[in-house]
Amino acid sequence: MTYIDPHIHMVSRTTDDYQRMAQAGCLAITEPAFWAGFDRSSPKGFFDYFRQLTESEPRRAAQFGIRHFTWLCINPKEAEDPGFAREVMSIIPEFLDRPNVLGIGEIGLNKNSRNELEIFEAHVEFAAQRGQLILVHTPHLEDKKKGTRLIMDAIRRHGRIDPGRVLIDHVEEHTVKMVLDAGFWAGMTLYPDTKCTPQRAADIFEVYGTERIWINSAGDWGISDPLAVPKCQVELRRRGHTEDLVRRVSLENPRTFLRQSAKFDVR
Amino acid sequence: MVHDPPTCPAPRSRVIDLYFMEHRAKVLDIAAFLDRLDRAQDDIGREDFRVRGLREAIAILLDGEGERARRVLDLFSDPTEGPLDSAAGMKGAYGVYPGSEP
Repeated sequence: MTYIDPHIHMVSRTTDDYQRMAQAGCLAITEPAFWAGFDRSSPKGFFDYFRQLTESEPRRAAQFGIRHFTWLCINPKEAEDPGFAREVMSIIPEFLDRPNVLGIGEIGLNKNSRNELEIFEAHVEFAAQRGQLILVHTPHLEDKKKGTRLIMDAIRRHGRIDPGRVLIDHVEEHTVKMVLDAGFWAGMTLYPDTKCTPQRAADIFEVYGTERIWINSAGDWGISDPLAVPKCQVELRRRGHTEDLVRRVSLENPRTFLRQSAKFDVR
Repeated sequence: MVHDPPTCPAPRSRVIDLYFMEHRAKVLDIAAFLDRLDRAQDDIGREDFRVRGLREAIAILLDGEGERARRVLDLFSDPTEGPLDSAAGMKGAYGVYPGSEP
């Protein structure tokens, strides 16, 4: 069965991964801008990174018939210095009209600090002014629940953001309900250790339903699995879920959200 | 705690067949981890907040109530509300809210 991986960091993955993903049925991926595992020393580092996301990765993916889309921002782990972060943000307009850029992301919080929140709010305003979709990163582990609340409060305070155009990612059992109840889209990240396993994602579908929710691998430079989405498809099937449900959560739901950008033309 | 109607399409016997061995292994991993801690030299002088959190989480598994995964995640979560004054020098997370530790 075909699928979309709506959150994966292919700049950190090998070309073999593209090949294996294509063989597993991947039609398209979307790649949010993120932390590279180290802090970049200059905003120029982000200029090159944005070129990589909008020029070289789409070419690499196309070799295997995979469509590549991206999201731009300065990620929350490098947003503690607001001056630096705003310099990076000033680069984004130059790239925003490129054909594979779907919106602003993955913005959000990491340690839930005042500076991170200031830059998150600046990104939200930036997206609102330009009518962009938003992809939100929520903090890791013990910081997630508080951070998810702070993020949702900030979007509500902004007042001009349609929650149906915001995907709040990395939800788990303690945050999924609050995200869905507030009208946002929710993403479940399938990580071996630190987020949801395919089994827990299947559990969450069983408890909270399949409306406005997707699964992704968020494969990156850490311990992660670029085939996590097809593995979750297998998990759902072996429990007896229907092909219709499997297709909904791994293909139709991401397509429904992403098609709110006219650039996302994957059939 | 029983869900009525059931939301998992597999019957209970199938769920056990599918997942028992995997979770038997995970329970043994936790048991061996706690044994390993007992065998290690104590250079802390008190129970680490992460291990304390793990022991409290195990109690949740055995209390007979539902929503265990959500309640364990809530147990591990930062209960404070306002943003931190600064995250300078902070990148990672511990997995359990440290409170005033470390």
